[in-house]
Amino acid sequence: MKHTLAVLVENKPGVLTHISGLISRRAFNIESIAAGYTEEPDMTRITIVVEADDKYELEQVVNQLSKLIDVIKIIDLTGQDRVHRELALIKVKASPENRADIVNIVEIFRAHIVDVNKKTMIIELTGEEMKIDAMCELLKDYGITEIVRTGKVAMCRGPKAAREV
Amino acid sequence: MGKSKEDIYIDPEITWEDVENLSLATCNGAKVLLDVMAGEGVKVIFGYPGGSLLTLYDALLDSPIKHILPRHEQTAVHAADAYARVSGKVGVCMATSGPGAANMVTGIANAYMDSVPLVIITGQVPTNLLGSDSFQEVDITGMTLPITKHSYLVKDAQEIPRIVKEAFHIAGTGRPGPVLIDLPKNVMAAEVIDPHPPKLSLKSYKFFSKGNSGQIEEAAKALAQSKKPVVYTGGGVITSGAGLILRKLIEKVNIPVVTTLMGIGSVPTKHPNLLGMVGMHGTITANLAVNDCDLLIAVGVRFDDRVTSGLKHKFATQAKVIHIDIDPAEIGKVVRTHIPIVGDAKLVLEELFQKVVPPKINEWWEQLREWKKQYPLCYEQDGHLNPQTILEAMGKIGGKSAIVATDVGQHQMWAAQFYPVNNGRQFITSAGLGTMGFGFPAAIGAQIAKRDSLVFLVTGDGSFQMSIQELATTVQYQLPIKIVLMNNGVLGMVRQLQKMFYNERFCEIQLHANPDFIKVAEAYGVKGIRVENPEQVDAALKEAIDYPGPVLIDCKISPDEIVLPMLPPGKAITEILGGRE
Repeated sequence: MKHTLAVLVENKPGVLTHISGLISRRAFNIESIAAGYTEEPDMTRITIVVEADDKYELEQVVNQLSKLIDVIKIIDLTGQDRVHRELALIKVKASPENRADIVNIVEIFRAHIVDVNKKTMIIELTGEEMKIDAMCELLKDYGITEIVRTGKVAMCRGPKAAREV
Repeated sequence: MGKSKEDIYIDPEITWEDVENLSLATCNGAKVLLDVMAGEGVKVIFGYPGGSLLTLYDALLDSPIKHILPRHEQTAVHAADAYARVSGKVGVCMATSGPGAANMVTGIANAYMDSVPLVIITGQVPTNLLGSDSFQEVDITGMTLPITKHSYLVKDAQEIPRIVKEAFHIAGTGRPGPVLIDLPKNVMAAEVIDPHPPKLSLKSYKFFSKGNSGQIEEAAKALAQSKKPVVYTGGGVITSGAGLILRKLIEKVNIPVVTTLMGIGSVPTKHPNLLGMVGMHGTITANLAVNDCDLLIAVGVRFDDRVTSGLKHKFATQAKVIHIDIDPAEIGKVVRTHIPIVGDAKLVLEELFQKVVPPKINEWWEQLREWKKQYPLCYEQDGHLNPQTILEAMGKIGGKSAIVATDVGQHQMWAAQFYPVNNGRQFITSAGLGTMGFGFPAAIGAQIAKRDSLVFLVTGDGSFQMSIQELATTVQYQLPIKIVLMNNGVLGMVRQLQKMFYNERFCEIQLHANPDFIKVAEAYGVKGIRVENPEQVDAALKEAIDYPGPVLIDCKISPDEIVLPMLPPGKAITEILGGRE
C-alpha cells in the first residue's frame, strides 16, 4: 500500500542527501519525493510517497527516518482527509492540423498551454496522479516528446498545520 | 646518528610563550575546537597529522589534551573506539583530508555497528577548493553518510563552538554512535569571534530515557505468567551501565540469561543463571533455550543475524517478545515484538525490578540444567596446545579486572566462549562489523583508558598482520599490552568454513610467508615469548605479566582446530554442529 509522509526537516545543507541516502541504504520503496521551503524559514518539508507491505514496514520507514538528526517530525497523511497534488509539464507534438484537438483535451483537463512553437507545445497540468496519468495516455497518440513531474505534495484539510498534528 | 633533528635542535631565544603570542594571537578555529573539546572532558585524541590539519596540530602544542600517534589512521579510530568502550566516555580521533580520512572509514563503520560514541575530526581542503578534485580531497561526509550517527561539514568558523558541543551530545546520548566533523583548512585558521559554545538547541534530536510505565507493568505481568522465560542481553546493557540491576533482577526472580557477543560481561561468565552466548558459536543450551522459551526478554539487542541465524520467522517462534531498547527503530526491525519498551536499559530494568514477581519455573530450570549437563562447552585435550587451554589460563591469571581485546576470527570466538569475563567494558571486540585488524588498536585504546589495568590482546596471525605496525606505538607510549597470538599459519575461520561447507576445497587461506613474530616483536623493542606446548602456557603468561612492558606470546596452534558449536547461517537450532558429548 502507498503511504504519503510529510517529513519536516531542518533547512540545513546536506539534509536531502541524508534522507535519500537512508532510503536507498535501507532499501525502502520510494515512489516519489518532493521538497521545498515552508512557512518557517529554517524548515523544509519533504513529501515522500512510500510503498509498504504492512504497518511494520511503514513503522520501520518512519522510525529510521526519525533517527536522522535533522528530521523534526514525520506525519503520515495517508489516513487523513487531505488534498494532494502533483504538477506535470508535458511537451507534446502539435502540428497545425491537430493543434485544435489538443487544445480541446487541455480544456477538458483544465490544464494550461504554456509554450507553443511550430512543432510542439508544452502543457502544464496540476492534479492528482491519476488525472495526470489519464492526460498523458490521451496525449500519447499525438506523440509525447518529454514529461517532467514534481512528485506528489500533500496537505491535510482543516485548520491545523501538519506540525501541530 | 641516534638523535633526530627535533631532539638536537635547541633555540634558547624562542620560548613557547612567544610562539603562542605569534601564531595564536588571534583565537582561531583550531584552538577553539580543542578548547571546546577540553571543556567536554576530552583527555586524549588518537590522531595522525597531515597537510590540512597543520593549524590544528599547531594549536595542539598549547592544549592540555594529550595526543597519541599510531602508525595508521585506521588504528586511530579503532583505538578511540576501544577507549570509549572501556572508559564509557566519547572517544576522539582525527586524521587529515583525503587518504587520512578515507583510511578511517572502516573504523567508523565498526563503531557505528557496535553503537560506540566517537567524535571524528577530519581535515578538509580549503572551502574555495571544495568540489574541485583538489589535492587530498575526498567527500568524507558523503562517504561516511551511512555509517555515522550525524556529520558536519563546517564552512564557517563561527559555528565551530556550537557544532563541537552538539557533536559530543549526539555521539554520547541516546543510542551512541560516531559523529564526524569535517573541517576545511581555512575554517580552522579563521578567527572565531565568540569561542564559547551556545546552549544546546537541537529541536529535531530527541531520545527516550525512561520507559513507558504501563508497558513495564505489562512486561512484569508477562513474566509472572511465564513458564519458560529467557533474558537475552546485548551491548545496550553495558552501554547504559545496567549490569548490576540486571544481575539483581535475574537473581530476584531466578530466570536464565543468554548474551550476545556484545553482551559479554553484562552478566559474569560464572553466574549460575547464565546459559552462555547465543547464536552462531554460542552454547547449545543458550540456543535451545531461546528456541524453546515462551517469553523472551530482549534488552539492548538488535536481533542480529548472527543470533537469529538470519531466520527471523523461525526465531523463538513460541515466545512472546519483550524488547527493551533505546532506539525505537530497532523495535520490530527483525522480529515481531509483543511488548516494546523504548528507553534506557538501566532505567527500564530498575523500574521492572520493582514490579516483578518470581514465576514458577522449576521445570524449565530442570530442563535447562539437563541441557547444560548434556551440552557443555568443551574441547578435546589431546596433549597439543589448544587455544581454549590458553584462554582458560589467561582467565585464571588475569583475575577479575583484566581487559581483553580481541581481533576477528576463530580466536575471537574461542575467547568469547572460554575467557571468563567478570564485568561490562572488559571484553572489547568488533562484533557487528567483524573487522580484522581491530584488536591491536583496541588494546592500545583500552590500555590508554586504563593505564593500570592488565590488558590482553587475543589475536590471530591473520588479524595481527593487519595492524602489526602498531608494535611501535606500544613501545613509544610504553603500553604494557600482553599480546597472545594464536598462530596457526592460516586464516582459520575462512579455512573452517571452507572445510565445513566447501568440501575442504581450501583457497587462499595459507599464510606461507609468516615472519618469525618473536623477531618482529624484538625488532620493535617488544619482548617475545614462544609457546609450543600446553605445559609452557602458565609460565609464559606469568613471565609476560611480570614484565613491565609490552610482550608478544607466540602460541603455535594447529590449523585443524575449529570453533564449535556452530549453527550454520540459515539453519535452525536442530541443525547445530558439534559440541555434543
